[in-house]
Amino acid sequence: MAAGTAAGSGPAPAGPDPAGAGEARHGLRIFLLWLPLAVAADLLIWLALGPHLPPGTMASAAANQQSDFVLMAMLAAPVMLFVLVYFGYALAVWRQRPGDETDGPPLHGNVRAQASFIGISSVIVLALAVFGTVELISAQGAGAGQGPDPIWKPAAAGQGTRSGALQVQVIGQQWKFTYRYPQFGGFETTQLVLPEGQWVEFHVTSIDVIHSFWAYQLGVKADANPGVDNVAFTRPEHLGLFQVHCAELCGLWHGAMFNGGEVVTVASFQRWAAATRIQLADVTRILPPYALTYDPTVVPQMNKAMVKAGIAGANGYYYPPGDPVQP
Amino acid sequence: MVGRVAVLLAAFLAVAAGAAFIVIHWFLGGPPVVDYAAGARPDTGAHIHVLMQEDPQNTVSTHPDWVSYFIHDPASGTWKHTTLFSVPAGSEVTITVLGYDGCTPLRNPFWGKVTGTAGNVAYVDAKPVSVIDSYAGCNVAHTFSIPALNVNVPMASPGLTATLCGVSPCTSGPHVTETFSFRTPRHPGVYVWQCRDPCGGGFIDGFGGPMQTIGFMTGTMQVVS
Repeated sequence: MAAGTAAGSGPAPAGPDPAGAGEARHGLRIFLLWLPLAVAADLLIWLALGPHLPPGTMASAAANQQSDFVLMAMLAAPVMLFVLVYFGYALAVWRQRPGDETDGPPLHGNVRAQASFIGISSVIVLALAVFGTVELISAQGAGAGQGPDPIWKPAAAGQGTRSGALQVQVIGQQWKFTYRYPQFGGFETTQLVLPEGQWVEFHVTSIDVIHSFWAYQLGVKADANPGVDNVAFTRPEHLGLFQVHCAELCGLWHGAMFNGGEVVTVASFQRWAAATRIQLADVTRILPPYALTYDPTVVPQMNKAMVKAGIAGANGYYYPPGDPVQP
Repeated sequence: MVGRVAVLLAAFLAVAAGAAFIVIHWFLGGPPVVDYAAGARPDTGAHIHVLMQEDPQNTVSTHPDWVSYFIHDPASGTWKHTTLFSVPAGSEVTITVLGYDGCTPLRNPFWGKVTGTAGNVAYVDAKPVSVIDSYAGCNVAHTFSIPALNVNVPMASPGLTATLCGVSPCTSGPHVTETFSFRTPRHPGVYVWQCRDPCGGGFIDGFGGPMQTIGFMTGTMQVVS
């Protein structure tokens, strides 16, 4: 077997060689092989692959996520290429030759290689942690649910809400999302229509089991838990259609729990909201007053109706606390 | 030697039989599909009449205390304990539901609105309705909803004092007759339908049991070409 060892401590070349000269030559060769590949890969990711990475650029949160994916891919590609180049170089240069039955030299560690590995890994991981935190803050939560009292809000101008944004309540229920627009009389609809260029403040909740509101192209994903107001922000930046899926296994038809949404111009949105408000006025009248959490079991009218029907248990719930009685 | 071969053969057959049972019972079994597409030509706007009933129990299954839909089979003239039915693509479907079950308030009153039907109305005992407020009285038992087609119809119920039918499928007793129509898509497909009224008694928030089980309060409408 040809003499070989770890990175930077390569095989001793034939004949006398000053200590370390072989190591430097192998290291330099590997570096020179790796560098153009890494540069090419990063350019390809940045210019060719990046614009097509999910979830696209339809909304601010989505665009931020895409740029994060591009950055992480550009960091990961050189690391992966270094491993592959080193692996290929080792196979080519340090492989066992025909007729070579000798053992390789004993390994005693290599401080420089180990320190480099630990140092570079630490720098990458810590830098990513800082970068991720900054991205989370600067991107107003990056489209994720921040709970009932978000600390990263958009600095949008406006009136009426705590963030100055369009408020949309997302109500998960088996197996459909519905949407309430409190700034437009509190109508509830199965359609999700949003205006272009305006911050949207989603208030995600559920009235039965746990769901997850995933507006894919908007870069928004927030848990929908009963009795919880989970706030997420985004700003649609392009007109078009997007998809909403439930991302939490929520029962028999979880796989069918999806719907489309649309980003329209501000004027179209205003027309749609005004028309829908009128169209749904008859059902809006019987909805409970808008609230940030939507727990039907505490709606007084419902409790009265349940008691009247003789199906109410303790505490206003459908069934006594001892239930469920499983089959 | 012969004995060992016999044991091996018996073991092989036992395993094969077990696998066949699992395949047949779990994957090929289930409620029947009531065929409302037979004899109708797709994409001709044919008018299909589907007849169903919803009962306060079903005494024909292993869960006799679960509420359930039944579908009338036009071929045999009998009620089938199923929630699967097929209709032709591009047809006008009128569904008539005989509502024998008592009332349960909707968890989300939004589903008291009729949507996706012709004129966005349903007819309860021949009277048109577009919204039913289930909190205003004992008046809603279930819903019939096809989410993908935006069809949602609250199913009216007999009054609070009615003595409900006790044997399924119901043939007598107080009930309401509700009808509504909608068009099926032009392309074949399988469309999930469900009840949105929390009628799963004994389960948390009323959303378990029959609400999660095909053949009781949810099923599919198969649109065929």
